[in-house]
Amino acid sequence: MTAVQPTRGQSIRSAVAVRLSPVVARWNAFAQTRGGSVVARMFSTNAAWILLLLAFLMLLFNYLAPGKFLTEFNVRTMATNVSVLLVIAVGETFVMATGGIDLSVGYVLLFSGVTSAQVMNWGGRDSTNYGWDIVLLGFIVALGSGFAWGVLNGLIVAKAKVPALIATLGTLGMSWGLAEILSNGQDLRYLPSIMGDMGASRIIDKIPLVVIVAAIVAVIGSIILSLTRFGRYTLAIGSNQEAARRAGINVDRHLIKVYAMSGTLAGFAAFMNLAIFTTTTISGHANDNLQAIAAVVIGGTSLVGGVATIAGTTIGICIPMVLFSGFTILGLQSFWRDVAVGAVLILAVYTDQLRRRRRERH
Amino acid sequence: MPEPLLQARGIVKHYGHVEALRGCDFDVYPNEIVALVGDNGAGKSTLIKILAGSEQADEGAVFLEGKQIHVGSPFEAMRLGIETVYQDLALAPDLDGSANLYLGREIMQPGLLGKLGFLDNGTMRAGARKAFGELGVDLKNAQSAVANLSGGQRQSVAVARSVAWASKVVFLDEPTAALGVIQTARVLETVKRIRDRGVAAVLISHNMRQVLEIADRIEVLRLGRRVARFAAKDATIELLVSAMTSGIAEEGAA
Repeated sequence: MTAVQPTRGQSIRSAVAVRLSPVVARWNAFAQTRGGSVVARMFSTNAAWILLLLAFLMLLFNYLAPGKFLTEFNVRTMATNVSVLLVIAVGETFVMATGGIDLSVGYVLLFSGVTSAQVMNWGGRDSTNYGWDIVLLGFIVALGSGFAWGVLNGLIVAKAKVPALIATLGTLGMSWGLAEILSNGQDLRYLPSIMGDMGASRIIDKIPLVVIVAAIVAVIGSIILSLTRFGRYTLAIGSNQEAARRAGINVDRHLIKVYAMSGTLAGFAAFMNLAIFTTTTISGHANDNLQAIAAVVIGGTSLVGGVATIAGTTIGICIPMVLFSGFTILGLQSFWRDVAVGAVLILAVYTDQLRRRRRERH
Repeated sequence: MPEPLLQARGIVKHYGHVEALRGCDFDVYPNEIVALVGDNGAGKSTLIKILAGSEQADEGAVFLEGKQIHVGSPFEAMRLGIETVYQDLALAPDLDGSANLYLGREIMQPGLLGKLGFLDNGTMRAGARKAFGELGVDLKNAQSAVANLSGGQRQSVAVARSVAWASKVVFLDEPTAALGVIQTARVLETVKRIRDRGVAAVLISHNMRQVLEIADRIEVLRLGRRVARFAAKDATIELLVSAMTSGIAEEGAA
């Protein structure tokens, strides 16, 4: 009988394990403490890791393009550019937390922007002089349009039991087509000028108002998801719809509410978009839905639902923007962003799968 | 014998041409563990589903403490104090033990915050620790997602969840089917504690040894009817098997 010789790979691995064991032991001891359990839980999700990734990318670009990347101007531009997307991504996070998906958000945004602009635009060129009453009316129309599409999505998914992917693909086409019909494919201009002023205004001369508004939406969304019954039911339904139903939760009604919320936020984002660009930007929303979904997934929301954080989504929306800006400043083709985001997306889903598989083995 | 707590009389249930239950009777007395046994297809699970409200009987009547009740949905059953531990557990695996225990019955913050929908997680966690502790369930990390627990612990959470809310009857459909020896012992211990808390437990099991060990009474179903009732101390595996397979032990033998 000969003793089995460990292979080279095995001996290296065991040597590494021995070397690392004090670190692992200390980490485990730390994770048992009260503060430690919070940190440990944070790093068991994707959010902490992608925050590290985001910080790394920003430092990297700052190192490669010193004095160009982390400037006040560039940070402000990036923040303004993600603000509209962040708002729809918050709604998308809730939808995906239930195990659903909302493909229609970008075109619901477009539709809501068109209806809102048309209402505010009633007087042609005169409308630039309209006051706050008309702006408020436009705001209500934007929210109402988004809400209506959201309720429709919710009814189709919850009551008609059409899979969310198909239901929202259908309303994507419908809202897109109707937006083009209503606007004749022409961007609407001549919105009340006070609205554009609002979109361009800054708090203490530095932070754009739209960025503050988007941040407030994200904070409220985060509070709702993690601290309220609404958030608890959202995650419970995504985790096990049957269990939620047996626990007496009205699953259908809750799903309708979640899709309605996503639609309403798309309407809200549409109004922000009008304020920033003072026009409907009809051709600018083809990828909004995919960008929102990518941000949610990169942020650690599980594709099958049940696990989601708004903090993760917020970081997930920033990573593509940082890549885009960084590549542009470095003089690389900005399409490299799409290549990089695609890779990050796959990595995010892969680590989620790994975590789930590890869990199944228990 | 005292008045039965829960009585089912002449329950009939068809699935298309299949008659799952053909005038089935069933009794649960207060403060007891009653085992419901029978061969595959005898109608045990169908009967439990009807009593727990997730299926509706075609004919027959159900009485709780002597009053006829209509159990139209699982929610109504819960309101009446009847809880069920399903074979497939019905937990939300991504939520922690406390969130699962209180799912659908969340405790809200007092005052305005509660009206706005804010959860009182502190109170719920304390309640969960107490409820799990009472049943001897030791969750090392109460804030860990249920999916990270072992099979036995998950089962314990599911049982604790039902027990915590049941004031009258708990149905347990094969609660130990997927468990190892130690975990099985723990769940059975939990079932005994249910009875000690003054709640009746109805146990469906294929394991005759287990049934004899833990139950106070045994009711046998065969082909959609009750064919025998035993006090556990008078029953043997042979008697049970013969009742299950041939229905030979006549009703009222107990």
